[in-house]
Amino acid sequence: MSDSLSPRDWASHPAYRDPGYKSTGLRGPTQPLVTLPAGIGELSGPRFGKDFVFGDDADLTRNGRVNGEPQGERIIVTGRVMDENGRAVPDTLVEVWQANAAGRYVHSRDQHDAPLDPNFLGAGRCATDADGVYRFLTVKPGAYPWPNHFNAWRPNHIHLSLFGPGFGTRLVTQMYFPGDPLLDLDPIFKATPEPVRTRLVADFDIEVTQEAYALGYRFDIVLRGSAATPMEG
Amino acid sequence: MATKGQTPSQTVGPYFAYGLTPEQYGYRLKSIAHPTVGGLEAGGGPRILVEGRVLDGNGDPIDDAMIEIWQADAQGRYPGTDKAANSAFTGFARCGTGTDKDKRFIFETVKPGAADEGQAPHINVIVFARGLLSHAYTRLYFADEAEANAADPVLARVPETRRGTLIAARHETDRGVVYRFDIHLQGAAETVFFDV
Repeated sequence: MSDSLSPRDWASHPAYRDPGYKSTGLRGPTQPLVTLPAGIGELSGPRFGKDFVFGDDADLTRNGRVNGEPQGERIIVTGRVMDENGRAVPDTLVEVWQANAAGRYVHSRDQHDAPLDPNFLGAGRCATDADGVYRFLTVKPGAYPWPNHFNAWRPNHIHLSLFGPGFGTRLVTQMYFPGDPLLDLDPIFKATPEPVRTRLVADFDIEVTQEAYALGYRFDIVLRGSAATPMEG
Repeated sequence: MATKGQTPSQTVGPYFAYGLTPEQYGYRLKSIAHPTVGGLEAGGGPRILVEGRVLDGNGDPIDDAMIEIWQADAQGRYPGTDKAANSAFTGFARCGTGTDKDKRFIFETVKPGAADEGQAPHINVIVFARGLLSHAYTRLYFADEAEANAADPVLARVPETRRGTLIAARHETDRGVVYRFDIHLQGAAETVFFDV
């Protein structure tokens, strides 16, 4: 639990309704939000950390295996989870899910005509260490079509869900890949205010890349932090 | 002084279930949370069901939403904030609306006690869905706590005509006490959402 909570910075988050993203039309709230000063119910939150990473769940190339390795380009994704003051958020869970290398989700609703991979579930989780660093291994997700508009394709992306220290620091986001030509055509990515969109794009990092094994990407995540400057001691 | 900008929120999308609510939907991954609040027996006090639907601007129930709840135990103690509380009670539960034939979320929990600052007993709620680019915070208050609700400082911030959207009706059923709480994302009865 933190002692205070900085506001959700609406210059950093998408508005609830976006003309380009059709599903927001009937789903995005229309009334002004009512301001709720953070109390104990917002500052405290469920404690999900490394104890909730089961088995191979930080390695999506392993946790769905049935009879072999999943298809696709192995990647390592790592980064630091921190608050707005740059302080580490230690031992917090990062839940991830994604399409397989062919752009197909395991989810029963996904009817895209691309192959499922019997050895890839596409969901897992990891936790940050004492320095706020998380790391998971997976395969690069494929792009896939969706019915938002004619010839609409989602860019390659990985969904991430984080808790942080309180219910008020909850975040669900998506990580994108550098240089993807679909980014400029994607209404979900573009619903994010233009000046901050690059925060959703991972950096390729040769230092994270593991020789002869997997490409490395770095994606830092900033959660809401304490409103007040912390006192020393 | 903040030096780092917040990572923008993005929608949970339509395919969250095998990652976030896998056991509820029958996917082969262990879940971290369930529609039954963790450590229910350790929460003290009466067991209740909380159920409802998430409705869009046409009044149609949504079957690809996910609801999370966070609450105090029956004595008003949030997990992790009071050493006297039974630490087995997690105060947290998660439910998708895609497994019930009526597209309901159904939580099993205990009725929370009042936690602090003269607030009425309530459950903190987050709504996630395809088409929700940022998650939406709301609160569930209890219809049978009229006196406490009338004195609640958060309800007092809500325009009187909209307060009813936050109050769950109590029903005694053959399944026990059920609080019904529909969440309207839009429309004349749009639920009050908070800028937490």
